Amino acid sequence: MSVPPVSLDRRQVLVIGAAWTLPAAAQPADPVHDLEAAVRGFAGSAPVRQGRVTLDIAPLVDNGNTVPVSVTVDSPMTEQDHVQAIAVFNERNPQRDVASFVLTPRCGRARVDTRIRLATSQKLVAVARLSDGSVWSHTVDVVVTLAACIES
Amino acid sequence: MARTLITAPRTARRGEVIEIRTLIAHAMETGLRVDAEGRKLPRDIIHRFTCRYGDELVFSAELFAAVAANPYIAFSTVATASGTLSLTWEGDNGFAHTETLALTVT
Repeated sequence: MSVPPVSLDRRQVLVIGAAWTLPAAAQPADPVHDLEAAVRGFAGSAPVRQGRVTLDIAPLVDNGNTVPVSVTVDSPMTEQDHVQAIAVFNERNPQRDVASFVLTPRCGRARVDTRIRLATSQKLVAVARLSDGSVWSHTVDVVVTLAACIES
Repeated sequence: MARTLITAPRTARRGEVIEIRTLIAHAMETGLRVDAEGRKLPRDIIHRFTCRYGDELVFSAELFAAVAANPYIAFSTVATASGTLSLTWEGDNGFAHTETLALTVT
């Protein structure tokens, strides 16, 4: 299968946009609890606290096919006190996982940027596991106008 | 081999935190699309990205189908000593790509 060029023309963007067409059966039965389960799986036994993490994403998204996302954690990133892992989960895509990152003190700064797909308006959660065992999270509501789900 | 676009400084002062931005050309086929005949197009995504500074793994990422096509990943690392940064992407169907960056630390 040929790899598309890095700069996509509009037709290619629309074709790739059809990637999220969902048959009715594939809709998650209980998206909220699946999201909690995903966060719980990442956090383990530690309580998930709000704060220290900033999930930066546009509140209103034009095109759900490529949504810039940035996660920053307030941390000195020293050997004694640093972020070990960051995970991003969603509420209503076909799958809860979006991406997870493993950081080390060698990162210097606890910030990661990427671009994601959003099938529809939903909640997005960024969770961070720190070296002291604590887990912090930030939840954001995102409205998606052109979902990554287009009738072909 | 896939095309990549990497933004990283060539030189840095010791102890400086540098930002590395990476982009790689890849369709990130989710496995949910159907073609004109109604057949499901199989999943074909990049699922892992790593950055090694010399021999040490400094950053890694696990990507899922929700990552947009032509995955963009930006992260930072501390410039400790002059050396080579090795960026690798691994994906389905044996996809593997590596880029190396030379960094001079003064």
